[in-house]
Amino acid sequence: MPNVAAPVLDVQGLKTVFKTRGGEVHAVNDVSFSLKPGELLGVVGESGSGKSVTMMSLLGLLPSPPADIRRGTVMFDGKDLLKVKPQTLRAVRGGQIGFVFQDPMTSLNPVYTVGMQIMEPLRKHMGLRKAAARNRAGELLELVGIPDARRRLDDYPHQFSGGMRQRVMIAIALACDPKVLIADEPTTALDVTIQAQILDLMLELREKLGMAVIWITHDLGVIAGIADRVLVMYGGQIVEHAPVQDLFRDPQHPYTRALLKTIPTISGERAKRLTVIEGQPPLMMDAPASCPFRARCDVAFDRCARENPPRFDVGHGHDAACFYDARTGGPRNA
Amino acid sequence: MLDQTRKPLVRVRDLKMHFPIHAGLLRRRVGEVKAVDGISFDVMEGETLGLVGESGCGKSTCGRAVLRLYDITSGEISIDGREIGALSQGKLRPIRPTMQMVFQDPQASLNPRMTVEAIIREPLDEHTKLSAAEKRDKVAELMDAVGLNRNFAKRYPHAFSGGQRQRIGIARALALNPKFIVCDEPIAALDVSIQAQVVNLLEDLQEQFGLTYLFISHDLSMVRHIATRVAVMYLGKIVELAPREALYRDPLHPYTKALLSAVPEPDPALARSTERVILKGDVPSPSNPPKACNFCTRCPAVMDICKQIDPEYQEVQPGRFVACHLHTDPTTTAG
Repeated sequence: MPNVAAPVLDVQGLKTVFKTRGGEVHAVNDVSFSLKPGELLGVVGESGSGKSVTMMSLLGLLPSPPADIRRGTVMFDGKDLLKVKPQTLRAVRGGQIGFVFQDPMTSLNPVYTVGMQIMEPLRKHMGLRKAAARNRAGELLELVGIPDARRRLDDYPHQFSGGMRQRVMIAIALACDPKVLIADEPTTALDVTIQAQILDLMLELREKLGMAVIWITHDLGVIAGIADRVLVMYGGQIVEHAPVQDLFRDPQHPYTRALLKTIPTISGERAKRLTVIEGQPPLMMDAPASCPFRARCDVAFDRCARENPPRFDVGHGHDAACFYDARTGGPRNA
Repeated sequence: MLDQTRKPLVRVRDLKMHFPIHAGLLRRRVGEVKAVDGISFDVMEGETLGLVGESGCGKSTCGRAVLRLYDITSGEISIDGREIGALSQGKLRPIRPTMQMVFQDPQASLNPRMTVEAIIREPLDEHTKLSAAEKRDKVAELMDAVGLNRNFAKRYPHAFSGGQRQRIGIARALALNPKFIVCDEPIAALDVSIQAQVVNLLEDLQEQFGLTYLFISHDLSMVRHIATRVAVMYLGKIVELAPREALYRDPLHPYTKALLSAVPEPDPALARSTERVILKGDVPSPSNPPKACNFCTRCPAVMDICKQIDPEYQEVQPGRFVACHLHTDPTTTAG
């Protein structure tokens, strides 16, 4: 919920570059955002827009080389996570910051029981004894809604279905009472009816545990259902940021507008023909000197080719990185 | 059928596709996965029949079985008036050009060692006696038709993006002027902004060449856009088949209702106000399905009869088929 409390996580000017044989790939460009306690921040974007790399950068999960975090600060709990020692970062990861990845099949270890995998963070971060950790692991599995939880602690991941495995992943992420949970496309590999179960569970858990959540997805429908605030990413940058109602009611960036028009819905008017965003996403082989969406944009003008637009504040906690002002229908005076 | 003017191009009756499970030292047959377990439907000429369902419900197996990519367990399939259900693979070969397939993963369905030209030309090599120059012209024509730059014919698949690779797969499927194309999740691997491009292309091609599609997808909102009629599958069976508008406006089967209510709508006000039907539990294993109605373990409206008698799949309103005791007269199903 929006409030005035100090942010739990504050990212400023993050820039991540991958060094490849073909040159540098500018995956994350000058990304800044903050996360308030207890809030659910949605991050949307297509593949390659930099949403996952942003989260991996701030947790130091990217192998270096090829990744190189050029600039930026990530303030969490009074420390800059980009500057702290590796062992401090290790204590934060999986402890105060939990995360859930897209594919529950590959992120669980097939040769350990589910119980052992939930107990691992409890013993490492909280220093619990084996019996206490096992007890807590049973509670966690119950919390995420797995029937007959205590008995299933001794089962292996392959004995669980996809939706159940994702619940196990959530249980692991929640093990150490995190202040922040980062969920990277946690329901993308799941079927819609199972996705509905997981979304329901997440909302319930957030209410119960009061943690802040960053939810990364490419599905605007999911965002509409759960997020408080939304970041829209394109070409490694944040192009729009708004409270969820405003984003859907009054999108300010041409990319957001196009994206909302592209997706068909199951209720309401059925479009005769789908609106298409022509062209391809940018390759990001150079540091952006112009707007990354320019080539696919229907309102681009000469200035978009000369400068990369900064994020302009449009009021009520809403900003958009675009030189075109959708409200006046002309160039912005800035 | 609702639309009397069109005749069915594809007619499927009681199609079954069971896969054996072998286990133990002697690899004895210990059971079977009933991937498709007795389904019947027609696909009318020029229409798009959407086939939706969750993973593991048998929709892809159904698409492949209809094209006889498998030797089916039992059932009848007729395409364009010819019965192909029991034909040998050798006898099927001359019929193959009329029916083609577009696969889900454009990465895996294109040979990385063949140029785009060679990929699109391969069906022509196999099934026609055109000269090299004629084939080259045909390939260039096909590339134009699907919106690929014909100057890129000598490039390899890795040089193309996901959406472009799917266009290559579509061009290959079109090479032999088919009448019927099974599209097996053609957009599932693509980004949203690219999905719309491919769907619009499929619609344009349908109009241009008079194609008939079986469009398999788990994306209910995209199926609503592209399909004329929609069939919903659950655990190897069709639970409901209806014209698009009727199905989305007024779903009859409890599973269809739950499936539609689970789709996240890109509208925050609507998403937070509507009451969702959230199904409990998971889909049972198709090797050991529930005894009577397949859906009785998760159904929010389950009755005693559902656990004893399998509901018959029947037409309950003109053009609307459903397999559910709530909508069928129990006296007829019992008999």
